[in-house]
Amino acid sequence: MAFLELKAVSKGFGSNGSRSEVIEDINLEIERGEFVAIVGYSGAGKTTLISLIAGLIKPDAGTITLNGLEITDPGPDRGIVFQNYSLLPWLSVFENIYLAVDQVFCNWAPARKQQHTEKYIAMVNLTPARDKRPGELSGGMRQRVSVARALAMDPQILLLDEPLSALDAITRSTLQDEIGRIWEQDRKTVVLITNDVDEGIYLSDRIIPLSAGPGATLGPSIAIDMARPRDRRAVNHNPRFRQIRREIIDYLLGVGGKKRATVTRKLFLPDIEPEDLSVPRNTSSSRRRPIRRREIKKETVEINS
Amino acid sequence: MITNRRSEFKLDWLILPLLGAVFVLLLWQIASTMWSKDLPGPLRTWNASKPYLVKPFEKRGELDQGILRFAWYSLLLVAKGYAIALLIGTPIGFMLGLSKFFAKSFDPIVQILRPVSPLAWLPLGLVLFQKSQPAAVFTIAICAMWPTVLNTAVGVRSIPQDYLNVARVLKLSRSKTLFKVLIPATLPYMFTGFRLSLGIAWLVIVAAEMLTGSPGVGGFLWQEYNALIYEHIILCILTIGVIGFILDRLMSLVERRFKS
Repeated sequence: MAFLELKAVSKGFGSNGSRSEVIEDINLEIERGEFVAIVGYSGAGKTTLISLIAGLIKPDAGTITLNGLEITDPGPDRGIVFQNYSLLPWLSVFENIYLAVDQVFCNWAPARKQQHTEKYIAMVNLTPARDKRPGELSGGMRQRVSVARALAMDPQILLLDEPLSALDAITRSTLQDEIGRIWEQDRKTVVLITNDVDEGIYLSDRIIPLSAGPGATLGPSIAIDMARPRDRRAVNHNPRFRQIRREIIDYLLGVGGKKRATVTRKLFLPDIEPEDLSVPRNTSSSRRRPIRRREIKKETVEINS
Repeated sequence: MITNRRSEFKLDWLILPLLGAVFVLLLWQIASTMWSKDLPGPLRTWNASKPYLVKPFEKRGELDQGILRFAWYSLLLVAKGYAIALLIGTPIGFMLGLSKFFAKSFDPIVQILRPVSPLAWLPLGLVLFQKSQPAAVFTIAICAMWPTVLNTAVGVRSIPQDYLNVARVLKLSRSKTLFKVLIPATLPYMFTGFRLSLGIAWLVIVAAEMLTGSPGVGGFLWQEYNALIYEHIILCILTIGVIGFILDRLMSLVERRFKS
């Protein structure tokens, strides 16, 4: 049995009438110590998928197990890094991380908790900003705090929900290197959700495309058999890297992307005809009458979803 | 552009308000001489008010004290009522914000009691407590409570889901979630409520004192009306305004501290 297992997981939102399945029939097996990247379009349901693993929402169908235990609610054994950092703005960097440490290692002595917190602040190179509030930090620094907080809980699995999407390109690549470096240190199981194919290939052991929603599902997984540590500059010229990238992009643009849906909808048009303004108004006494036509148009459209 | 430049000369913050004050004083003077002989003009008001302003804390008799001494009595009463309003109002606001069941049960009652005038509560307070002072405190508390209740409830409802997710992922206990997440996230809204509540408390005190005749700015005002010393009515109005203004400024300073 795999470490993290998703079996036939589906999740949709809305009630019967306007219900839409966000993700459908997701099957995923991740081994302990594996770094898996899931790439897909924005809005494909990536965040839904990670929220399911985190336990923040419950699947409509299927089961999710971690280490053989079914996930029913969120817990500190799954460290999660959200796209929007989710730091508490009234707490300093130290306090944000300490809150997590204090909660997870509640029977440690205070000095040990403090030392543990400092260690993770140092790991993400934020010791100088230790007492700053998140509002005083740049986006990249905030995301580092968020990563440090997740790691400091010593989770069994680390869930990264588009952690770098909100950052500029340079900060982004620095943080990618940093995440790679930190991962080398303790080789935790990681699920990285991203919309950047290069980022996924650069960091992970295995990359899986998520098809476009609604009803998104996982495509074929591709193992990234490139030696670590990877060099950012060399990787770009690596033929294997290019090949994997092409495969993923082909899937996303082809099978995974070309999901078309046909929708028939009633269009309630305003019950009025446009007036011909080129016809001059004859006298002031004769008021123009709006021309009405009582009908409702029906239209069938094909939408790219 | 021209208006912009003209309103930004040196010391405009001082001169423009003074000009406004002079204009109103002129209107006042005109009204008192041309329109109503009973309305004392600015100069008469000043002369009659002098003993109360120059020695603001003097106590010459039970009904004849310096204006700030009267104000002090009023403020003490307001402080009591306001403290009770916050102590009761904040938890109610939290419960309204947190529990849909509680909100559905009690929101209609809150909405019905909220617009009731202090003048309507006061007699009920007198019935309940028999004495004028506790009745005034009761009235202040019950009237000043609502902005705190409603703002706190809104604040709790608008806490971003992210913060709540953090609490859920960390499995914070109920009390820890309350003190580490809910209260800090709601504080800015709470302080807006506190400020509005203080304004209402100060409004209510005057009405309460007038009706109960207890010593204070409002009581003094009513007593001087009965004694036909109209100059002192104006003195009281100005005092009430200035103190209300200062209270509001103080609260908005505190509020700003919590919003940053």
